[in-house]
Amino acid sequence: MVSHDSHAHAAPQGFIRKYIFSLDHKVIGLQYFFLALVAVFAGIFLSLLMRIHLVWPTASLPFFGEIKPETYLSLLTMHGTIMVFFVLTTAPQGGFGNYFLPIQLGAPDMAFPVLNMLSFWTTFLGFLVLVAAFFVTGGAPLHGWTGYAPLSALPSAGPGEGLGADLWIISIAIFCIGALMGALNFITTTLDMRAKGMTLMRMPLTCWAWFVTAILGLLAFGVLLSAGILLLMDRNLGTSFFVPLVTVNGVLTGHKGGSPLLWQHLFWFFGHPEVYIAILPAMGLCSQLLSVFSRKPIFGYRAMVYAILAIGFLGFMVWGHHMFMSGMSPYTAFAFSIMTMGIGVPSAIKTFNWLGTLWGGKIRFSSPMLFAIGFVSLFVVGGISGPFLAQPVLDIYLHETYFVIAHFHLIMGVASIFGIFAATYYWFPKMFGRMMNEPLAKTHFWLTFVGAYAIFMPMHYYGMAGGLRRYSQGTEVGWIHKLAPIQQFITFAAFITIASQFIFVFNLFWSMKKGEKAADNPWEATTLEWTTATPPPHDNFGGITPVVHNGPYEYSVPGAPRDFVMQTDAPVAARH
Amino acid sequence: MGLALLLVIWLITLIGSYFIIAKTWWLPVGASAAAAGIDHHFTTTFILMGAVFIAAQLALGWFSWKYRDRGAGSGPAQYSHGSTKLEMVWTILTMILFIGLNLASESIWATERFETAKPGAVQVEVTGMQFAWYFRYPGPDGKFGATKPELEDASLGGAGALGLDPTDPAAKDDVITGTMVVPVNREIEVILRSHDVIHSFFVPAMRFKQDAVPGLAIHMHFTPIETGEFEIACAELCGLGHYKMHGIVKVVSDEEFSQWLAAREAEKQ
Ligand code: HEM
Ligand SMILES: [Cu+2]
Ligand SMILES: [Cu+2]
Repeated sequence: MVSHDSHAHAAPQGFIRKYIFSLDHKVIGLQYFFLALVAVFAGIFLSLLMRIHLVWPTASLPFFGEIKPETYLSLLTMHGTIMVFFVLTTAPQGGFGNYFLPIQLGAPDMAFPVLNMLSFWTTFLGFLVLVAAFFVTGGAPLHGWTGYAPLSALPSAGPGEGLGADLWIISIAIFCIGALMGALNFITTTLDMRAKGMTLMRMPLTCWAWFVTAILGLLAFGVLLSAGILLLMDRNLGTSFFVPLVTVNGVLTGHKGGSPLLWQHLFWFFGHPEVYIAILPAMGLCSQLLSVFSRKPIFGYRAMVYAILAIGFLGFMVWGHHMFMSGMSPYTAFAFSIMTMGIGVPSAIKTFNWLGTLWGGKIRFSSPMLFAIGFVSLFVVGGISGPFLAQPVLDIYLHETYFVIAHFHLIMGVASIFGIFAATYYWFPKMFGRMMNEPLAKTHFWLTFVGAYAIFMPMHYYGMAGGLRRYSQGTEVGWIHKLAPIQQFITFAAFITIASQFIFVFNLFWSMKKGEKAADNPWEATTLEWTTATPPPHDNFGGITPVVHNGPYEYSVPGAPRDFVMQTDAPVAARH
Repeated sequence: MGLALLLVIWLITLIGSYFIIAKTWWLPVGASAAAAGIDHHFTTTFILMGAVFIAAQLALGWFSWKYRDRGAGSGPAQYSHGSTKLEMVWTILTMILFIGLNLASESIWATERFETAKPGAVQVEVTGMQFAWYFRYPGPDGKFGATKPELEDASLGGAGALGLDPTDPAAKDDVITGTMVVPVNREIEVILRSHDVIHSFFVPAMRFKQDAVPGLAIHMHFTPIETGEFEIACAELCGLGHYKMHGIVKVVSDEEFSQWLAAREAEKQ
């Protein structure tokens, strides 16, 4: 282990060094968090416009006026891109990971503070470039967050495929660079900066999750970055990586010999690991919370660690399940489908272990716990639809229907957002020194939990009946037109659910100023962030280097004076 | 709070499952030879995964209520780090369930996709372009004539849209239509092409979907077993008109099909 002194740096003076170009992982974590907060509201706003357009196609909307089919597709593309990259990848890892990984490991900062600052500002720049796509001639691209070539490679293929599409690719490329720098930092910090006694097998599951997420990021974002560069070259330098000889509207494009499937392979080689990048931190956190608030050790710590590792490893071997209908060899589809069913196994193990953690517990229903329990419920329902889609025979029918939308929104969208909410309610006292308002938090939970189901459950039915995604109108196809009532119901459910998110925002900012003062360890939890002051000092532990004696989940240890034994307390003879 | 969780989670599970069991919204009636097998496997998957779904949600609600903190008087939480034996049991059980389920469906996949169309199948070339489908039959010579991208002109419709090369003798008798007409109970070999971007040929009643990829000619097959008109929709985002890129497959008797084809060929003379 590297000496900690080499990483310590003096507390900065002056507003700019302290809050803007800060090297402190805690400030950077908050910067990521607030970036994701802005992004999530932008993303939600776009989805609201989409929902309104689906139900009232002729309505004139704020900023966009009357929605044309191509505007709808631009909204959809930007919604997906913002949510996947700037929310689900940004908040759980960049935000909470940055803030709490070093503290939970007992380190004074990240391994490379300057790199950390750069990775945030790179990500921020990426966001600006993405938003700029709305304001250029032709508007934002319409090719969806997956950007399938040749649609994404040919400026003539549709409005938004000009400068808007270039900006979209550049934004993602910038994001990849930021994510790569972040990943290096997380990996190095985890391997080199752990406090004395913090063996790998004593790390909280949150740290395991952030660590494996960073490895996935390192391997996945590099591929997306290269793919993005190739796509830019196809668009601007006349290369043909992804474009064969094609005509658009009968006009030859000058390309020759490229492979549209190559883009899909590269994209999903990143894309599938990406879905785990979005969910693993939430899995780690919810494991943690179920243990804390059940006052019980996590059920099967080792199994949980192995499951995270297995998911990370297998996550790179299943990307072809997005391509069963793409024209890829059907024999490969067979192999990918077996691997995909295989990856369901560690996911199921985690679910069993969460239930096992609740079993025999003494559950306290604080708001972080409600969101953790909600997470498990959503993870189950989203996970159940996976094995349908993973079987090519069923995917023949389900591919590109709303069934897929239901699947990934529940398991990746809403479940990881529940992870973000849980993390906010749980760590807010440590980050801001005050408690969030519980009654508001609980109201927010119930509305969001029921609301999320009301929005996404019906999408399964819509998809089963053949309703297709990325359709700006269902009116042109007979069987889809008949399903309009489902879309209406979903839009109303979305109104209520989106409105209730303002309770969260209000609570967040109100509590920063007016919340009840928080104790150092309000949840009576065991991990290192709760041993230090609230908020933590610049070097995290105020000059003390913590020494770890216990595993992270020693709750209700028989004979112990309290129902929790902190990681720094005198050692308990753990049974395992 | 535990009770509220139990009630809400159970209620959601009940309502969610109801619409599946009642089949309120469901796949359209199958009209191809493969549909019965696929639908059967759908049902099997629904039963097995549905059981897992219901069991997990019931347990989650139940545990939340049963193991709530009942205040100071009640005993402490159980101190247990888990059980390797249980861990092994559910790992192996899910592995058998997931892999078994998958293998059970692979024979259908093999018939649909490993096997190619048999000789004597009716050949139809399906071409997607922004935002229409064209169907081409090879005519009496059984050969598709050459097409040339530089000859494409959608405003000419039919042969012009496909860029059919009039100098190729094999092109002379090719029949090009905007509606797909096929005979019932005969295997149809579909050859999928695209001129511009990726489209996807989706006929729900036939349980058939396949992307049309520019640069590739993808050979697929299906056998309609019901006569009637069935809608086609494009299932891969292809641009602003994606949502209206639809068409019709008309399944008719063998005689009607021959007559129809003969009439189209006669028109060409
Ligand atoms: C039981 C485990 C899972 C299985 C078997 C599974 C299977 C699949 C399959 C086969 C597809 C492709 C469907 C299609 O396009 O036709 C898919 C789509 C997707 N899955 Fe999963 N999945 C699982 C878990 C997850 C998890 C944990 C996440 C995210 C946290 C996730 C996120 C997604 C996303 C984002 C898509 C759609 C991407 C798009 O087309 O835009 N899945 N899943
Ligand atoms: Cu995937
Ligand atoms: Cu389309």
